[in-house]
Amino acid sequence: MCNNPLLKDPYQQLDDYIDSIPYKKENLILILHRAQEIFGYLPDKVQWHIAQKLDLPSAKIYGVVSFYSFFTMKPRGKHVANVCMGTACFVRGSEKLQKEVESQLGIKTGQTTEDQLFSLDSVRCIGACGLAPVMTVDGKVHGRLETTADIKQALAKYRPEGTPEEAKGSNSNI
Amino acid sequence: MDIQLKINDIPLTVPAGMSILDAARTINIDIPTLCYLNLHEMRLNNHIASCRVCVVEVEGRRNLAPACSTPVFDGMVVKTDTQRAVLGRRTMVELLLSDHPKSCLTCPKNLDCDLQALAADLGVRNITYEGEESEFAIDKSSLAIIRDPNKCIRCRRCETMCNDVQTVGVYSAVGRGFETVVKTAFDLPLHDTSCTFCGQCVAVCPTGALMELDQVDKVWKALNDPTRYVVVETAPAVRVALGEGFGLEPGTIVTGKMVAALRRLGFDRVFDTEFGADVTIMEEATELIHRIEHGGRLPILTSCCPAWVKFFEHQFPDLLDIPSTCKSPHQMLGVLSKSYYAETYGIDPQKITVVSIMPCIAKKYEAARPELGQDPVTPDVDIVITTRELSRMLREAGIHFDHLKEEDFDHPLGESTGAAVVFGTTGGVIEAALRTAYEWLTGKPLENVEFEPLRGMDGIKEAVIPIGKRDFRIAVTHGLGNARTILEKIQSGESHYDAIEIMACPGGCIGGGGQPYHHGNLEILEARANAIYQEDRSKPLRKSHENPAVLKLYRDYIGEPYGEKAHRLLHTSFTKRPKI
Repeated sequence: MCNNPLLKDPYQQLDDYIDSIPYKKENLILILHRAQEIFGYLPDKVQWHIAQKLDLPSAKIYGVVSFYSFFTMKPRGKHVANVCMGTACFVRGSEKLQKEVESQLGIKTGQTTEDQLFSLDSVRCIGACGLAPVMTVDGKVHGRLETTADIKQALAKYRPEGTPEEAKGSNSNI
Repeated sequence: MDIQLKINDIPLTVPAGMSILDAARTINIDIPTLCYLNLHEMRLNNHIASCRVCVVEVEGRRNLAPACSTPVFDGMVVKTDTQRAVLGRRTMVELLLSDHPKSCLTCPKNLDCDLQALAADLGVRNITYEGEESEFAIDKSSLAIIRDPNKCIRCRRCETMCNDVQTVGVYSAVGRGFETVVKTAFDLPLHDTSCTFCGQCVAVCPTGALMELDQVDKVWKALNDPTRYVVVETAPAVRVALGEGFGLEPGTIVTGKMVAALRRLGFDRVFDTEFGADVTIMEEATELIHRIEHGGRLPILTSCCPAWVKFFEHQFPDLLDIPSTCKSPHQMLGVLSKSYYAETYGIDPQKITVVSIMPCIAKKYEAARPELGQDPVTPDVDIVITTRELSRMLREAGIHFDHLKEEDFDHPLGESTGAAVVFGTTGGVIEAALRTAYEWLTGKPLENVEFEPLRGMDGIKEAVIPIGKRDFRIAVTHGLGNARTILEKIQSGESHYDAIEIMACPGGCIGGGGQPYHHGNLEILEARANAIYQEDRSKPLRKSHENPAVLKLYRDYIGEPYGEKAHRLLHTSFTKRPKI
């Protein structure tokens, strides 16, 4: 038996987790979180597996997954960027920030770059309003992103060294 | 505990916890509703307050309150008819209509639509709101139900019915905000899900978002093809509901008029599914006795209901060996039309088209099951239309239904007994089987043929019926949620029965998904059930094994019930299916 969790069958990992918690049906959201952690996303097959395991209709699972924006049914990039669209950030120009990030990554919000490096989403207020406008990457907050250079700099930290930067832009205000 | 409140200045005392809507109804004040649906007998209560059509003013409350889901409190002052409330309701309907196709004239639900009726009642004369409109693909994958999500108003009655009452769980609200719509798992075509096609979602859908697959034109085509010999058969539950489509009181028995109307439409022979029901009893009662005498697995479960059959194939694949292998009565009548009748009267079975008029949507799917036919490829039943579709066909043909003189079914597949009539309501199949099994097992005549404990609208009915030296433990359930309860008890070994009747639709076939819409009034179902029992009492013969035409069929053609030829023509098999 191999005890390395990274090498274990992902479905087995998920089942082990489900077996370990009490009140399984009631903890559907917790289970979906764990499943997304294991698989990176929640494809139909994984949702169906959870439905069988919990004896819930798969339509119900699909309904929950499609309701919460945190859950994704598409594979995600290595790094997940979230532009905050909460009120404070919105007032400080998060729409422009979102457009600029989209252009630098070459994708729209909700999509993943071709090299699977970045996925881009939006969130509603992460409570860092003092730093507005903000973007998080893998949960880390990048604040006061007011120029194209600020954004380029923030994203560069997540690119492997030596990768050419995709978007050329001057240090102009966005 | 009771509390006191005032509605439109009228003081009243009602139990605490009651909704404003129910309280108002106790004093005959009607508040319009749309998403709300409370079918107490079916244990369906949809009061999610999503449509906001039932809004009223409550003194001291800033905004309007949805009457369906706001509980009353002591000293509450409610106004249901103020200008603010009335305009509020109209606004809600306008908002709903702003994202609803304006194609009422060509909608199959035209003149039977709750949303349309509401717009008329509330005086909606224009739609002030313009904006984005949903664009969803129409799901025509199944052979029974058509889903047009563009007409969905997100009331979620279908979801409540499918999840809470039927426990099938095919539907769920998916997405959020404007994009929310009721969908299947992973947006699969309905055909690929565990849907049983019971049609109860169609029965409660207030709009045309869920409809039966319309096959009227196929019937017209067959009737107008001179090379086809078109046979029609009608289920017991149709004759006690068809009149509703022509303004007759629920529970009016229209058997004779229905037969006359079908002849006017041009059918070559008008047969009765009840003949098939009598044959079903010959087979099923023999199968039960065979299982008892040969140590077969009990309980035997009835298999007349195609939605129930599909339910156990998906949900209880380990119990596939306990349902009776009998085909359903209309399939039996179909195959007998194309074999026994065709051979007796020298008609080429390839030229016969069998049309079934059914209270049921799942029968459309059933008729298309590949195992329910004979080689070379000819299905037992070619086309199935519902009671609603027949009623429309008769209007299309300009037939004045209530002026027709009563006529009789054609011989020989039109002969039937009272036992076959009661198939149409919950408890009827097992009652019919007991009438025959009793006499066969004891060799004595059964004096009282009415088994009261098996009748009525209780979800699960149980009775112990002594027959000879043996006590028969019988259960009757209707509604698939109740069926699930019983089956789980069998699986766990908690309950033991000898025979169980299961019907997918609450009330049995009289409450079928293809019947005239009840619009939430379940008294209609009771009236239909009473009519069924009345029709049974009016029959000179009330036991299937006394049907002379059925006895002749066995003597001249089939041989022994449950014998070799019977197996080939009248029995079927079931398939394991995944739960999706």
